[in-house]
Amino acid sequence: MKLTLAQKILWVAAALALVAFAALVWTGGLRTSSSEESAQQAFRPEFRLEDAAGRPVTSEDFRGRYRLVFFGFTNCPDVCPTTLSEVAQVMDGLGSQADRVQPLFLSVDPERDAGAELAEFTSAFHPSILGLAGSPEATQAAAESFKIFFAREDDATAPDGYSMAHASALYLIGPDGDWLRQYEYGMPATDILADLQNRLEGSLP
Amino acid sequence: MKLPVAAVLAFALSAGLVHAEPVRQGDLEIDAAWARASIGTSRPGAAYFTVRNLGDEADRLTGLSSPVSAMPMLHETTVSEGVSRMAHVEAAEIPAGGELTLESGGMHVMLMELTTPLKEGATFPLTLTFESGGEITVEVPVFGPGATGPAE
Repeated sequence: MKLTLAQKILWVAAALALVAFAALVWTGGLRTSSSEESAQQAFRPEFRLEDAAGRPVTSEDFRGRYRLVFFGFTNCPDVCPTTLSEVAQVMDGLGSQADRVQPLFLSVDPERDAGAELAEFTSAFHPSILGLAGSPEATQAAAESFKIFFAREDDATAPDGYSMAHASALYLIGPDGDWLRQYEYGMPATDILADLQNRLEGSLP
Repeated sequence: MKLPVAAVLAFALSAGLVHAEPVRQGDLEIDAAWARASIGTSRPGAAYFTVRNLGDEADRLTGLSSPVSAMPMLHETTVSEGVSRMAHVEAAEIPAGGELTLESGGMHVMLMELTTPLKEGATFPLTLTFESGGEITVEVPVFGPGATGPAE
């Protein structure tokens, strides 16, 4: 890979940004939500976003069903496809009970994720996954309601010069809207499926 | 990067190169290459592979090129305190007798500025440049958008 002067400058800039970011983390300037923190007590996450057709969608719309929620962005080539493919396996595994669980993909990058693009992305993994996006304010409000962290991070080597850092767990919301638990990133789809099946069969809330 | 992409892909397909056979050159062996199907060309694709170093000296992966991407970059996903982020990796070491594994949720090639959508079932050439081992080109099979590993 031969580097032009511009590319060299970009790489140096990226390295500086990394160092600055590391310093910020080191000094505790960034708040991240830990699983222990979120698992403390029950709460009721809410959001007010839009689907790919621009229709308003709120958390209340899914009352009576479990909601499997993931925050991500469509320019994410690695973590997001990995997690959405797990969600797809879980939904396939649920079989006839799949209609009792609504998987939701909430964009943390509304600037780039809106409309048909979002639907094109989510449907590539599973037709049941509903992609939602909103204004920057609505996105922030949704994240705060779920007590999750996301941030735009400048990265000269990423598309459009930035990437999104984001909480990468799956969140389970119960039929009444209460936050139930999170499935840590990397948890095998079979484990998530088993937990969901226990709940659907009534042995867990 | 100026190769006629369609021609390259057509050749790869017609030649029946849809495989993930290890490619050995000198002390290095590239194995288990695969890429995830992209959704159009507006979002980056991702490719993965394993490099084995069968020699007595460490080598470094320093560069990437492919006709399907104007800007292939080595990136690493890290998950810390439940938050995932991506960082650019300038070069990755393959220890003597050891291996470097690119995999879902870890180090990966981010294929930016795609010149053509990565379609499931197709293959494309990816050239890896090593500090000592020179250039090695592998044929990368494209698996589905939900694929997470080299074995479909």
